[in-house]
Amino acid sequence: MKELMLGNKALARGLWEAGVKFVSSYPGTPSTEITEEAVKFDDIYCEWAPNEKVAMESAFGASLAGRRAFCGQKHVGLNVAADPLFTLSYTGVNAGLVIVVADDAGMHSSQNEQDSRHYAIAAKVPMLEPSDSAEALNFAKLAYEISEQFDTPVIIKMCTRVAHSQSVVETGERVEFSTAYEKNIAKYVMMPGNAKKRHPIVEERTRRLIEYAETTPINRVEFTTDELGIITSSTSYQYVKEVFGESASVLKLGMINPLPVELIKNFAAKVKRLVVVEELDPIIETHVKSLGLTVEGSELLPRIDEFSQNLIAQAFGKSIPNSTFQIPNCPPRPPVMCAGCPHRGLFYALKKRKCTVLGDIGCYTLGAVPPLSTIEMTLCMGASIGATHGFNKMLGSQSESKTVAVIGDSTFMHSGMTGLANVAYNQSNSTVIILDNSITGMTGHQQNPSTGLNIKGDPAGKIDLEALCRAMGINRVRVVDPYNLAECDVAIKEELAAQEPSVIISRRPCALLKTVKHKPPLKVDADKCIGCKSCMKIGCPAISMVNGKAVVDQTQCVGCGVCSQLCPKKAFVSTKEA
Amino acid sequence: METKNIIIVGVGGQGSLLASKILGHLLLNAGFDVKVSEVHGMSQRGGSVITYVRFGDKVYSPVVDKGQADFIVSFEILETARWLSCLKSDGQIVTNTQQIDPMPVITGAAEYPQGLVEKIREQGIKIDAMDCLTLARQAGSPKAVNIVLLGRLSHYFDIAEEAWQNSLKANVPPKFLELNQRAFELGKNFS
Repeated sequence: MKELMLGNKALARGLWEAGVKFVSSYPGTPSTEITEEAVKFDDIYCEWAPNEKVAMESAFGASLAGRRAFCGQKHVGLNVAADPLFTLSYTGVNAGLVIVVADDAGMHSSQNEQDSRHYAIAAKVPMLEPSDSAEALNFAKLAYEISEQFDTPVIIKMCTRVAHSQSVVETGERVEFSTAYEKNIAKYVMMPGNAKKRHPIVEERTRRLIEYAETTPINRVEFTTDELGIITSSTSYQYVKEVFGESASVLKLGMINPLPVELIKNFAAKVKRLVVVEELDPIIETHVKSLGLTVEGSELLPRIDEFSQNLIAQAFGKSIPNSTFQIPNCPPRPPVMCAGCPHRGLFYALKKRKCTVLGDIGCYTLGAVPPLSTIEMTLCMGASIGATHGFNKMLGSQSESKTVAVIGDSTFMHSGMTGLANVAYNQSNSTVIILDNSITGMTGHQQNPSTGLNIKGDPAGKIDLEALCRAMGINRVRVVDPYNLAECDVAIKEELAAQEPSVIISRRPCALLKTVKHKPPLKVDADKCIGCKSCMKIGCPAISMVNGKAVVDQTQCVGCGVCSQLCPKKAFVSTKEA
Repeated sequence: METKNIIIVGVGGQGSLLASKILGHLLLNAGFDVKVSEVHGMSQRGGSVITYVRFGDKVYSPVVDKGQADFIVSFEILETARWLSCLKSDGQIVTNTQQIDPMPVITGAAEYPQGLVEKIREQGIKIDAMDCLTLARQAGSPKAVNIVLLGRLSHYFDIAEEAWQNSLKANVPPKFLELNQRAFELGKNFS
C-alpha cells in the first residue's frame, strides 16, 4: 500500500518488517520518532534507556541473545555511545544489530553540526544513508541482512531533511527472525589476547564490504550525459536531481562506508567533469581524491549548514528565482519558554540573586535568552555539574557563593549522576539545581527513569531523586516549587551559603503535559496596573504591553501566577474570581 | 505537471503539523507525488516555524527555497511578512491576520510592524487575509485556526470538496470532527 510517511516512521516500519524484536534508545531531535513509532508495534519490545551508551549496550545484549535489535540517537548521542560502538565492531553480532544516527546539518535543534560519517570510518562499520522515506524503510531491512552476512553492527545515517520529511513509501509484511545464543569467549570477550585476533577479521570484513559496495544496487549510476558527473548521497541527491534532472549523470551512493573504488573510477572515466555534492565534511570527496581522480567539491560548496536546491544551483552558476518581495526589519522570533513553564520562576530567582549559572541541554537552555539571560554556559548532556565543580575548585569561595549548575531531570539521569558523584567524592562546595519537570521536554515529552512511567505510559520503576542524591553523599537536598519565587529565593540563598555540596530540586511538571491541571488564566485589572513593566522581566509570552498597560493573552496563560508575585499593585486577578 | 510548492508558516505550537498532514494526505489521494518537510525540536517552543509541502508528477527536494512558493499559508501576519521572499512572483498568500508578539517585542527591544497586510498588498502580491482566530472561536475552539486556513486554501485548488472532507476525517480525532468541519466551512465561505 502507498502511504505518505515521515522518514523516521518509515524507518520504524522497516524495523518491524525486518522482524526486529528489541529497541532501546534515548530521545534526541531528529531521531526521536523512530522509537516513538516502533513502540506502536506490539511485537517489538521498546524502551527509553537513561542514555545512548546504555541503549546501545542493551541492543547489543538483545543481538547476542539472537534477536534482531536496534538503537537510535541523534549525532551527539553517538558520542555518548561511541565506546561500545568501537568495540562492537570487533565482537560483531549474533542476530542483526542496527544503529541509527541522525545528523542535524543546519542545527535546527542541536549544539553542534558534527558529521557522523566519521564514526563509521573510525569504527570500521558499514553505514547506509537513505535519501527519502522509501529508502529509510528499505535500507532498514537491508541493514539487517548486511549485519548478519558480514557479522557487524550497521549504522544508518539519517539527517533532519530525511528524518522529518514525509514522502511516499510502499509497505510490506514482517518476517520473523531469531537465532540461538552460543557461548563464544574468543568472539565476545574483548581482552587484548582476543581483540588482537578480532582486529584482522575487522580489516578483512572491510575488504569484503568494499567488494559488496561495488555491486550493491543501493550504489547506482544514473547515466544521462558525459558532460557532468555528480557523486552524491542522502538529501543532497534530491537537491541535485531537482536542479539537474537529466542534465547531469549521477552516482547515487546509498552506502557511505566503506566506499566503492572501481564503481567510482568507472563513473569518473565516463564523464568530463566530476563533482561531489555532500553536506558538511568532504568524506566522499577525500575518498575520490585518494583514488587519484580529479574532482571538485569543497571549492564549490560550503562545509557548513544544510544545502538546498537554490544553493546547489548557484554553486554551479545556474540562475535561481529572483525574489523581490520583502518586508524589511521584521523582528526575529526566537524560541521561548512556554507560558507557565516551571523553569521561568527558578531562572528569575537566579537572575535576581545575580548567580553564575552553568547550564545543560534541554528546554531550560532558553534561560540563556533575553530577558532572563541567566545561563552562561551550555556544552553537552551533563556538563553543567562537571563544569561547576571545576569552576568552583579554581575560584573557591568567590564562585561557590554564587555559582549553580542547572540540569533537567532527564539530563540528570542521562549523565548528570556521574557529575554529582564527582562533586560528592572530590568534595566540592557546589550547588546543583535539578529542574525536575517530570518529563524529557524538548524532544516532545518522553518518559525517563525518574518519572515512574515507561515508554508506553505504563507504571515503571521510579528513581527517587532525593534519595539518590543523599545516597551519593549529598547531605543538603531540598525541594522547591518554582512557581513560588520567595521559596526559590530562600533556597538559593541558603544553599549557596552552605559550606558543603547541595542539591535543590525545583519540582513542577511541564506545563504542556496533558495530565497537568491548570488554574484559570489571569487578567490585568487595568485600573490597578501602573505600567511599571515589572511583570515583563520574566519573559512570559502571554504578557505584553498595550497602550502602557500589561495585557494577558488568555489563550496562552495557564494561571501559574509568577507574574502576579512581581506586581507591586496586585493588578493580576484570576478570570474566575473576577 | 510542474511541481507546486506550499509553505506553511507560523509560531511554534500553532498547529502547522496537522495542517501539513491533512494537505499531504489530500494531495497523495489526488494522485500526486508529495513531499512534506517539518521542523521539530526547539523551534516548536514558540519560535518561527516553517513547513514545506510540495506536489507534482515527481518531487525530489523536500524543501521550498526563495522565490519558489506558489502559496504561503500563514498562521500569523508577522510570519507572513518574514517569509515573503519565498513567494513566487505570481504566488498567492492565504493568511491569518492575528498578531502574536515575539519576545523582542515583549521585552521592548523591537516594535511589531503595523499595517502589514497593506504593505504586502502594495507590492502587488495576491493576499487573502482574514481573522482566522475569530472564525476558529466561532467554530468552537481557538485551536482550529489551522482548519480555517485550509478551508480558505481549498478555494485555490481544483480538488473536490469531498476529497478535502475525507482528508479532514482521516486526520482529526472523531470527537473534534464536527468542530473542524465547521471551521473548514467558515474559512471557505468567508467573504
